[in-house]
Amino acid sequence: MDDEEVELSHEQKKEIAKWFLLNAPSGEIQFVAKDVMKLLNDDELYREAASEAFSQYNKSHMICLEMPGRVGDVVITAFNELEENEFLDPRTAQVAIVDNIKQVCTAVRPALDDELPSSYVEEYRCTIDAEIARYVGDTYPKGVCSVYCVNGKDAEEAESDFELAVVISASRLSPKNFCNGSWRSTWNIEFKSDFQTLEVRGEIQVCAHYFEEGNVQLDTKHECNDSTIMQAPEDCSVAIANIIRHHEAEYFSALEVSYSNLPDTTFKDLRRKLPVSRTLFPWHNTSQFSLTRDVVKELGIGK
Amino acid sequence: MEAAMGLMRRMPPRHSETALSALLTLLPHHSSDLLSQVDQPLQALCDVDNGKEFILCEYNRDADSYRSPWSNKYHPPLEDGSMPSIEMRKLEIEANEVFTIYRDQYYEGGISSVYMWEDDEESFVGCFLIKKDGSKTGHGRRGFLQEGAWDAIHVIEVRLEDEGTASYCLTSTVMLSLTTDNNTAGTFSLSGSIRRQMKMKLSVAEGHLCNMGRMIEEMESKLRNSLDQVYFGKTKEMVCTLRPPSEVGHMKLPEK
Repeated sequence: MDDEEVELSHEQKKEIAKWFLLNAPSGEIQFVAKDVMKLLNDDELYREAASEAFSQYNKSHMICLEMPGRVGDVVITAFNELEENEFLDPRTAQVAIVDNIKQVCTAVRPALDDELPSSYVEEYRCTIDAEIARYVGDTYPKGVCSVYCVNGKDAEEAESDFELAVVISASRLSPKNFCNGSWRSTWNIEFKSDFQTLEVRGEIQVCAHYFEEGNVQLDTKHECNDSTIMQAPEDCSVAIANIIRHHEAEYFSALEVSYSNLPDTTFKDLRRKLPVSRTLFPWHNTSQFSLTRDVVKELGIGK
Repeated sequence: MEAAMGLMRRMPPRHSETALSALLTLLPHHSSDLLSQVDQPLQALCDVDNGKEFILCEYNRDADSYRSPWSNKYHPPLEDGSMPSIEMRKLEIEANEVFTIYRDQYYEGGISSVYMWEDDEESFVGCFLIKKDGSKTGHGRRGFLQEGAWDAIHVIEVRLEDEGTASYCLTSTVMLSLTTDNNTAGTFSLSGSIRRQMKMKLSVAEGHLCNMGRMIEEMESKLRNSLDQVYFGKTKEMVCTLRPPSEVGHMKLPEK
């Protein structure tokens, strides 16, 4: 251990604080924040670290916040971020003003025209959103979804390219049962007019944390690609929803397979359930091991 | 300290080393508390006398050196490093030998070390350590794991009682991490650590090593079982809550 006591710089302390905050399991950043605050014992420093870490954490965990006035929910992602504390909800054409550290939406304002996509893009976005919302409603009991235009939002005609992003986020927090978890998927869809194709790129992340008298975490990540042809908005949205439904179902069964392989194959490479001999270890014979050794030594026989 | 321990209960177990070193830099004055209370993945060194690897822990450390159970020498060399009594050393040698066989039976590889020392006239402590690298490049024979590690720490306090009995108090910690990686399932990683305690009063007729060994064997099976069945099971349950398997999902009618 290094005995030199070099006083940490402000910047270093902040980085450490941020590391802890960003590594908080789904839904646990507020608990981690309390501990980090105590550790730092410096409100100013904590505020700096928190303001950077929370905004990053909220986006990467795609948390969902309720907008005031019963307008609906807004999902916090990197795709719909207008300002550090402003997130567009395209479904309601509202912009949510959020307090990142408190993780609440404090106000809404109508989106400006130039914050919204062209009507050509919006037609695709809106029909896909409706189709995905139906799928998410059927599949994820606590799921939310949203569709954003992330590129070429001013595209007007069939010959221009644009890109949409579908996000699906479902989380379940039950700290009373010592268990939290989340499912997050993002699907980028590139509309390529040249080839009349849609390129689909998906990324799914699942985490779970169980912490009753222990700390066990599941962390998974999967990427996949697919494509389909350019069609009218209605047909397009059905095709896209089918692609997403298919890949997510396939991934879910792959997860089930990974779990069912655990006890007998995967885990065995770490520690077997039973010894190679298939009987409990003969501890009562242990004195014999050393006896034999002593005998061997005393008599000077053996190798 | 309380906040530090709180954080350790939430940080991903596979990042526990990073988390611990972050805490150490932040709280240099609590370093000995942190090192003794936070379980961290085990490290090993190679005994220069016989090329055998041994595991490092607080129990075989003196200053910056660690005593090998194989040669009884400190690495790097240390003059007047503390040594177990002759009797303890005898038990230690035997325990290391037997535990090597035990470890091979259950782990098919890995490294183990046992350290013994006297507490006072009536009691002594044994520390049994196992480190297994189950990754493809390590001792994973079946090659299922991209990355896999199992570290077990068993500390057992033995107190001699009347009439040929002794009380044993075993505290065991297992830390593990495993990652599989393939095309259909992507990366799938589980990591965790749990700690349990077991107390027993036993006759010493068959010897301390026999009693300690049986307790450790029982405890390891229990820990493996709860990790596998309970802890991993709970994370699977969570995944199925987030996305109920299709039969259930389809039967559910939309709310509106």
